[in-house]
Amino acid sequence: MKLSDIISLLNAEPLNQFDPDIDVVNACGSDLLSDVLAARYDKSLLLTGVTNIQVIRTAEISDIKAVVFVRGKRPQDDVISLATKLSIPLMTTSNSMFAACGILYKNGLPPGDVQ
Amino acid sequence: MSETYTLSFNIKAMDFSAAGEASSTIKKVLMHLGMPPSVIKRAAVCSYESEMNIVIHSYGGTLTLSIDSSQVIINAIDIGPGIPDIEKAMEAGYSTAPEEIKEMGFGGGMGLPNIRDNADILEITSSSAGTNVKIVINIGG
Repeated sequence: MKLSDIISLLNAEPLNQFDPDIDVVNACGSDLLSDVLAARYDKSLLLTGVTNIQVIRTAEISDIKAVVFVRGKRPQDDVISLATKLSIPLMTTSNSMFAACGILYKNGLPPGDVQ
Repeated sequence: MSETYTLSFNIKAMDFSAAGEASSTIKKVLMHLGMPPSVIKRAAVCSYESEMNIVIHSYGGTLTLSIDSSQVIINAIDIGPGIPDIEKAMEAGYSTAPEEIKEMGFGGGMGLPNIRDNADILEITSSSAGTNVKIVINIGG
């Protein structure tokens, strides 16, 4: 699913500049960053309510392709700057975690951690 | 590569803005050296969890990356106060982290279990004087 589709489905606002044609193959929703690290994602979208700099470090380490902050949360400028430096697209949506995950799932974006 | 390549980082306790920088560099070094993607990913996760453990649970320490022709080794050494019960700390979900750490997305009790799941060899020794975590990842798989 392209980031442009995610922006439109979640009515999300981009927080840095990125190529809307970037593709993610699956997604995870978590506020527990060690769970994200545990799951061995690749080319995934992360949906989270955590906005500190460790989200970006976790994305970098886990090969997370892009991050959506739920419930309209916005990280501080230093967090956005690090993401931009690492070429990690950031977006924010007013949808809740459950709603945002549900909308993307319903529209064909699978979970990245099916057991 | 016949000789061992070594790189060390000082890790400060409770410095959350810098936490992760060492592991970010370690990941970049492994990528630069052309390591297999699975080795890079596993080493990066082990390194980052170890780095966060030093930041959250210790008085400070060092993270050292060593690479030879067959192994990537990460040594996380801190100066205390030690892990009271290593067996418990290895249980998924067991955490001694304070509430404010949990609000940051860490302290979920998955750090050492994540390291164990990604390492080929994991050795932990701990006393009140400090904890020494040695992680070995075989480059050949």
